[in-house]
Amino acid sequence: MSELGCSRSSQAIETGMLKYIFRRILYAIPILIGVNLITFTLFFVVNTPDDMARMQLGVKYVTPAAIDKWKQERGYDKPLLINREEAGLDKITRTIFFEKSVAMFVFEFGYADDGRDIWQEIKMRMVPSLAIALPVFLLGLFAYITFALLMVFFRATYIDFWGVVLCVALMSISSLFYIIGGQFLISKLWHLVPISGYGSGLDMGKFLFLPIIIGVISSAGANTRWYRTIFLEEMDKEYVRTARAKGLPVNIILFKHVLRNALIPILTGIVVVVPLLFLGSLIAESFFGIPGLGSYTIEAINSQDFAIVRAMVFLGSVLYIIGLILTDISYTLVDPRIRLE
Amino acid sequence: MLSINSVSIVRSILLLTVILLFACDGGNWNNPYPASGDGKNILYNAFTERPKHLDPVQSYSSNEIQFTAQIYEPPLQYHYLKRPYTLIPLTASKMPTVTYFNKNGIELPDDTGISSIAYTMYEISIKPGIFYQPHPAFARNEQGEFIYHNLTDKESAQIYQLSDFNMTGTRELTAMDYVFQIRRLAHPKLHSPIYELMADYIVGLREYAALLKNVVDEQRGDSDYLDLNKYKLEGAEIVDSYTYRVKIAGKYPQFMYWLAMAFFAPVPWEAEQFYAQQVLKDKNITLDWFPVGTGPYMLTENKVNQIMILEKNPNFHSEFYPSEGMPDDEKKGLLIDAGKPMPFIDKVVYSRDKESIPRWNKFLQGYYDASGIGSDSFDQAVQLVGQGEATVTEAMISQGIRLETAIAPSTYYMGFNMLDPVVGGVTEQTYESSKKLRQAISIAVDYEEFVSIFANGRGLPAHGPISPGIAGHRDGEEGINPVVYDWVNGRAQRKPIEVAKRLLAEAGYPDGIDKKTGAPLILYFDVTARSSEDKSALDWMRKQFQKLNIQLVVRSTDYNRFQDKIRKGNAQIFEWGWNADYPDPENFLFLLYGPQRKVGNNGENAANYDSPEYNRLFEEMKNMENGAERQQIIDRMVDILRHDSPWLWGYHPKDYGLYHAWYKNVKPNRISNNNIKYFRIDADLRKQKRNEWNAPVLWPMVLMSAALVLGLIPAIKAYRRRERSVGIGLQSQ
Repeated sequence: MSELGCSRSSQAIETGMLKYIFRRILYAIPILIGVNLITFTLFFVVNTPDDMARMQLGVKYVTPAAIDKWKQERGYDKPLLINREEAGLDKITRTIFFEKSVAMFVFEFGYADDGRDIWQEIKMRMVPSLAIALPVFLLGLFAYITFALLMVFFRATYIDFWGVVLCVALMSISSLFYIIGGQFLISKLWHLVPISGYGSGLDMGKFLFLPIIIGVISSAGANTRWYRTIFLEEMDKEYVRTARAKGLPVNIILFKHVLRNALIPILTGIVVVVPLLFLGSLIAESFFGIPGLGSYTIEAINSQDFAIVRAMVFLGSVLYIIGLILTDISYTLVDPRIRLE
Repeated sequence: MLSINSVSIVRSILLLTVILLFACDGGNWNNPYPASGDGKNILYNAFTERPKHLDPVQSYSSNEIQFTAQIYEPPLQYHYLKRPYTLIPLTASKMPTVTYFNKNGIELPDDTGISSIAYTMYEISIKPGIFYQPHPAFARNEQGEFIYHNLTDKESAQIYQLSDFNMTGTRELTAMDYVFQIRRLAHPKLHSPIYELMADYIVGLREYAALLKNVVDEQRGDSDYLDLNKYKLEGAEIVDSYTYRVKIAGKYPQFMYWLAMAFFAPVPWEAEQFYAQQVLKDKNITLDWFPVGTGPYMLTENKVNQIMILEKNPNFHSEFYPSEGMPDDEKKGLLIDAGKPMPFIDKVVYSRDKESIPRWNKFLQGYYDASGIGSDSFDQAVQLVGQGEATVTEAMISQGIRLETAIAPSTYYMGFNMLDPVVGGVTEQTYESSKKLRQAISIAVDYEEFVSIFANGRGLPAHGPISPGIAGHRDGEEGINPVVYDWVNGRAQRKPIEVAKRLLAEAGYPDGIDKKTGAPLILYFDVTARSSEDKSALDWMRKQFQKLNIQLVVRSTDYNRFQDKIRKGNAQIFEWGWNADYPDPENFLFLLYGPQRKVGNNGENAANYDSPEYNRLFEEMKNMENGAERQQIIDRMVDILRHDSPWLWGYHPKDYGLYHAWYKNVKPNRISNNNIKYFRIDADLRKQKRNEWNAPVLWPMVLMSAALVLGLIPAIKAYRRRERSVGIGLQSQ
């Protein structure tokens, strides 16, 4: 009887969660339309379709006829948001905004202005971005939590004091300095790994070593301090005092109980960024010659390629929404008291 | 004694070390290329901007042409060593024959006046026996049918790049391929940047474009492929398999230069049909990204964000290194390979490196064979000696690095909008005073100082629009701008500022005050949005105007708005530049030809300068052959320009390039781009130097590991102490 009750209860939880996720996905639709509209408006406030055509056609010998031809070919010869020459629904549908936006909701990103398929390009660039971002994320998480726990473990000793000093020092240095300094020391002076570049297979290791190490170190200060603060807060709670009173060793208290109970604020910060790892890092990829997605949007903005800009903003929004939903789901996994309804 | 955890950590570290060492594949640890390439005949280059187009009908930027020029072969090319630049046949068997006709189709003698010439016929014969690179578009089965022209989804499932096709084929180059490419200029979906220009010259091209557009509109939705073989173009006809003719309206001698550009290189129709398949387009396998040519190299890897590789075309026809050049070429070792078959290099690896710091350091480590010089590495690389002559520093000499310089066929200038009432003087009454104002400013803005401060001396202050090295340019005393310079002690010397002040007073602005209104003279300088780094250049410019007590207001906008202002004639003073398409003075002088003005005509004359006499001389000069008569007209035109001063002539940039000792046969050349076939690499020397310069330095890592271990000892001791005294410790807290 109790098993049946338990099964019904878990079924109810699952149904509640599915409903919750479904509702969140429905909420996402107006958000995505809004983001798309804002992107569209901001882009076309700065660039007109004529500007886009000129950018693509080059700076020499560009005539109005060539511009008109380009716009017609790419579908930029229509009004932006409202087509006053049409009647009924066509007023909305025969516009650049509608025609360029609607396909994205089925993830058809179309072609960039240079003729390349955007989805192919994203898929191709995603792998190198992940090759850096994922190890940096995982290694970083492990290192920051470990160091933070160690500082809490050695609380009020010289290790804690100098650890905090080191964290503040690390936080005070620009990430660009880590990159240039790392390349100078490790690649230029000591000749241990290539300065920049990218390879596939086993060859990838020698290219990724430096960016991963620099990625982990450059964020160490802020993250370690943040986790230390979370753990210190937990250390003052009653269950820790009870555990101590029971005679549990501090390392067990820290690594088993405190870490688990501190997961909610940690998850809030990390799960949401997991899907965004696909989007890569602009500066690191640029300096290390990694052919990732980090610079794709910036290059598209510079070359006034609206097709790429809208696709990347849309993808970023979708991934962020997925991240938020995953965060909510992860809460239920680490804290059984939380229900998604 | 180590615990289990310690053992597993040590094992993991060892494993990681082994993986890293294995990844280093036996070569230098910091070698960004596979060790298998060490000692091989490979050229290593960097590229910063990804090319947008590799289709010869579209590619125009230098970052695109550096690839297409090695792959595609137009009928003509420039002689690698001769200066001034000289056209010679490439795939053509001889230079094109040019025949003039009147409107009745009757052939005219060569010296006929321009008014009688209705059209010009260029007849081009190509060499037989030239074959395309191996390519799947040409692959045929035993029945002679194309294997890959009708790919199904299943067949294309495993295709991600061209090398995934098992079969390739080739065929002989024919005149048809050249005609096919000329037809492609009018293709409605290809947007060739020179279509509008060529439509004015190639007979019937505009009508042909209209025809193709109708065809595309009619077949919209049915098929994306437009078969150009079905539609003939009047201005490009096939005579026989190896001969074709191009019909040009009127007389246009500069057309010969266009025949040396990839726009007029052959494209096989098989390639266009092959790449038109949607299954390939969906994988970004298009003619725009995977070129098919007859040139010395073929693109075998195209990861446009990471690496592009050119490899020797096994079907390349025979071509030999030139046996004659300029007088000092032999002394410079540029004729050592005379008469030897080209290309010398087997493979060219282009790696994308967007940032200058890693690019520069990889050059110093020997991983790039050549490098430009950024402003941040200029002092490290170059020193000025004697009369301002640039040479490499001791550090560069010790690495065997040499410097090659060349004046680019370009000009950077500051333009006055001639439609502006203050600086342009639109009425006859104000024209003279505005001219004096422009002349005064021309003297005040010291471009010698500008080049020295902001271009590290990499430029020549200009005396007119035509760049050095181009026919029509004059050096020395006869080449100076007499409005701005005096010839003193064998060199041009800028006139004193007092001359400028006097001109300013004559213009009606004594000491920078408007005589009529008593208000200070304020001028507006329109620039594209600048970074904070450029602030000093703008401050410097303000100071130049301040010498005449003129207030210069900088109006900074984004590039789109800036272009808009220029097009509408709303700018007053602006900066602009021009890179020549071909080495003819017409390509510089047309920038000030009245009918080319931006406002109203959308041309390239951004200053909207319109002088009837200049226009008349330009029309006379543009159709002439180089010679004394043409030079005389050019001199007159340049003289008009100098006195009217619609531009501050600015400067002609000087290219600086650094080359390692193993890089041979380099003669800087900004006009022709198919230069890689001439280069030679001493791969053994490079390997030796790379090993010498890049031996791994391990002691800092050992030292750091030791410091880490030593630093951990107190922590481990403290941990153990706490472990032992846990109960008491906790109670006491």
